[in-house]
Amino acid sequence: MADISSNFLGIKSPNPFWLASAPPTDKKYNVLRAFEAGWGGVVWKTLGSQVKNVSSRYSAVDFGGQRVMGFNNIELISDRPLDINLKEIAECVKLFPDRAMIVSLMADNDKKSWHEIIKKVEDTGAHGLELNFGCPHGMTERGMGAAVGQDPEIACMVVEWVMEAATLPVITKLTPNVHSVVPTGRSVVKAGTNALSLINTIQSVTGIDLDTLVPNPYVAGKSVFGGYCGPAVKPIALKFLTTIAQDELTKKVPVSGIGGISTWKDAVEFMLLGASNVQVCTAAMKHGFRIVEDMCEGLNNWMDEKGFKTLDDFIGKSVDTITHWEDLDINYHHIAKINQDKCIHCGLCYIACEDTSHQSINLEYGKPYNKYTIKEEECVGCNLCQLVCPVDDCITMEEHRVAPEYINWIEWQKRGLPLNDH
Amino acid sequence: MIKNNRLSDEQYAENFNDIHPPYENITAAKVDANRCLFCYDAPCMKSCPTSIDVPKFIKQIATENIRGSAHTIFTSNIMGAGCSKVCPVEKLCEGACVYNLLEEEPIPIAKLQRYSTEKAMQNQWQLFQRKQSIGKKVAIVGAGPAGLSCAHSLSKEGIDVTIYEKESKGGGLMTYGIAAYKVTPQFCEDEVNYILSIGGIEIKYNQELGKNISLVDLQKNYDAVYLGLGVGVARQLDIPGEDLVGVVDAINFIYNIRDKGYAEVPVGDKVAVIGMGMTAIDAATQAKRLGAKEVTMLYRRTEEEMPCTKHELDIAMLDGCEIIWLAAPKEVKGVDGKVTALICTKMQLGEPDASGRRSPVDTGETFSLEVDMVIKAAGQVPFEELISGNGIKNSKGKIVIDEKCATNIAGVFAGGDAVNGGKEVVDAVQAGKDGAKAIMAYLNIA
Repeated sequence: MADISSNFLGIKSPNPFWLASAPPTDKKYNVLRAFEAGWGGVVWKTLGSQVKNVSSRYSAVDFGGQRVMGFNNIELISDRPLDINLKEIAECVKLFPDRAMIVSLMADNDKKSWHEIIKKVEDTGAHGLELNFGCPHGMTERGMGAAVGQDPEIACMVVEWVMEAATLPVITKLTPNVHSVVPTGRSVVKAGTNALSLINTIQSVTGIDLDTLVPNPYVAGKSVFGGYCGPAVKPIALKFLTTIAQDELTKKVPVSGIGGISTWKDAVEFMLLGASNVQVCTAAMKHGFRIVEDMCEGLNNWMDEKGFKTLDDFIGKSVDTITHWEDLDINYHHIAKINQDKCIHCGLCYIACEDTSHQSINLEYGKPYNKYTIKEEECVGCNLCQLVCPVDDCITMEEHRVAPEYINWIEWQKRGLPLNDH
Repeated sequence: MIKNNRLSDEQYAENFNDIHPPYENITAAKVDANRCLFCYDAPCMKSCPTSIDVPKFIKQIATENIRGSAHTIFTSNIMGAGCSKVCPVEKLCEGACVYNLLEEEPIPIAKLQRYSTEKAMQNQWQLFQRKQSIGKKVAIVGAGPAGLSCAHSLSKEGIDVTIYEKESKGGGLMTYGIAAYKVTPQFCEDEVNYILSIGGIEIKYNQELGKNISLVDLQKNYDAVYLGLGVGVARQLDIPGEDLVGVVDAINFIYNIRDKGYAEVPVGDKVAVIGMGMTAIDAATQAKRLGAKEVTMLYRRTEEEMPCTKHELDIAMLDGCEIIWLAAPKEVKGVDGKVTALICTKMQLGEPDASGRRSPVDTGETFSLEVDMVIKAAGQVPFEELISGNGIKNSKGKIVIDEKCATNIAGVFAGGDAVNGGKEVVDAVQAGKDGAKAIMAYLNIA
């Protein structure tokens, strides 16, 4: 059986699944339930100066009958008194000494405030600090959260203040509400942060109530941009993660991956692109803490199947497979193939290809079932038919190289090879 | 003993409860709607005689465009509400659903169709706008599915339609010939009224062709005539004892249940039902639900050849009806003029007949069933006398039409059961549409 225990900056946890700084981690009651359920660690909901929240705070995007494909919130940092939070953090650490306890922080924008709060948190026995430079709503208007993360210079300054006072490992959490996370990432690594975590939520409008004509979440006839998260943001998070994992400077520090992780598969993908562990929130908010059971079991079974003994055996393994477009092999070609034994004649491949792609599928009329076959000479290998086919492994992409040797776009141009062959 | 009033009101109500309950709410409908793959050139649509765009109307439920969904259904099938309750969907749309090929449950198309159409009827959505009258008049004989469908199509185009109906209610066999646990008399009335709400259609009730009206008069007074008069008389068994008290015709039996109320309809202790079509099933199950102790269905061929669907057979079997395959009625025995037994011949299958089905052959061996009631459901016979009497070309009473739905008499068109000898409601609706199109062409209306 594989070893799924995690060591992040010396902070140990029985598995790489932490709960992200968010409502599920804002008090002892929830955190103890999470630890009992089996979560490896938590990042306690952001502490800072006292705030006041509004109602409602959340909204969601449903898709195809599934609830909460995407989720957004306009909740602020912890609205509980600081001393109660600190007391409860200490109690949780004592009750579950084998779990990771990280505390998220967002002090006011002055050195003294940061130093004071760090001192107080370190006295709780917590194992690490996470700097919230990412919250995109409410706190930004006050010059905090994403307002810090969006400006590499300010971020650098704050991290320098933090590093003066902190004795615990420091993780800096990055905002995705930027063109690239790399400038801020580099800046805070230079300033001494021990690790990075990403992504925080993305500014969003999830939808509009078509009766009231007011967007969600609804607060007395008004709404504001909320932070978007959940399964919908995973691809964006993976992209930002890759840019951090590939940058010469930022790749030197460990990364905690965040953004739409709902299953062990999602977690593995983040780790393959360089995350040392992962943080989860929306999936737990939708289903409760029990989801960690399958995350652990699924990860374990996958590692056994692939022969990975520890997490380090596969962390970062896919980072180098994401390259520049110019480096792709133009001589690689594959063609769709429809397995007639598996085909259920739904015609979805046909209509997708016919209307929106390359008219590469032949329709042989039948009543009631049509027969669909690939026009091999027309197929550009775009995958669309395979993606829309509802039957697993019915449409496969078969390799038909144009030529055996590797050739990329730059070389292709250099040699003056023909364009527009379709 | 044959008697009525066998059960309490509560028992009747329970026995004749809606066999396919609707969705409780839109959330439930959307769960199934979202399962639909939205097939292209969908097999379900191709398997519907009226070609309802099934993927489209289901998608419209998923997007909560229920009005649009109902419009999609009614555009193809103006009796889409009734068809959602009575269609043998397991051999039509649902039977063709691609999920069957994955060995998964098909999309409950009928139930989804019922959802949208019921909403439309409840809210009296006017989904079609009749064009201004163009001064053409068409007479339709029969306010059944074919006649109503034809009338609606014509009225939409601004033609003034008069329907002559021999019964006192519209709907035809939908109203008179289908089990009460599928459609209630109230529903049938509502459906007819909903169809008529487009305007431009007048139904004259209790007007029977050959009695109160004549084809010649209709031809004289209207620009075209459409015959959607259905089939009528139950096929006779032509065996001794058929006139004994206790031998009844399935159509009458079903009609009475719907017309008079459950408690009024007498039923035997031990009932034999002859036939294995949809009507036979409706008669057998309802005899059981009225309180008959034993119901036995007899069919001269086997399950392979039966006209009803497996789904229908299952309803009968779950109701506790006994089935005897390869048995044909030979003689009804009676005492004091009342049925006491049915003598049957054991059959075996021989060579395929004209229908392609293997035909039953008498083995000479007989057996006797102790029964006090015999329900005849061996098919219905066309109004041969009426049709021939009016000089309409026919084949054993079934009106012969050309590809333009025209009979041999100029300006007289026909469709539905009167032509095909008795098929599904949905087939008759399509026939009505085809008839309307043909009449429009005949009247040179674009």
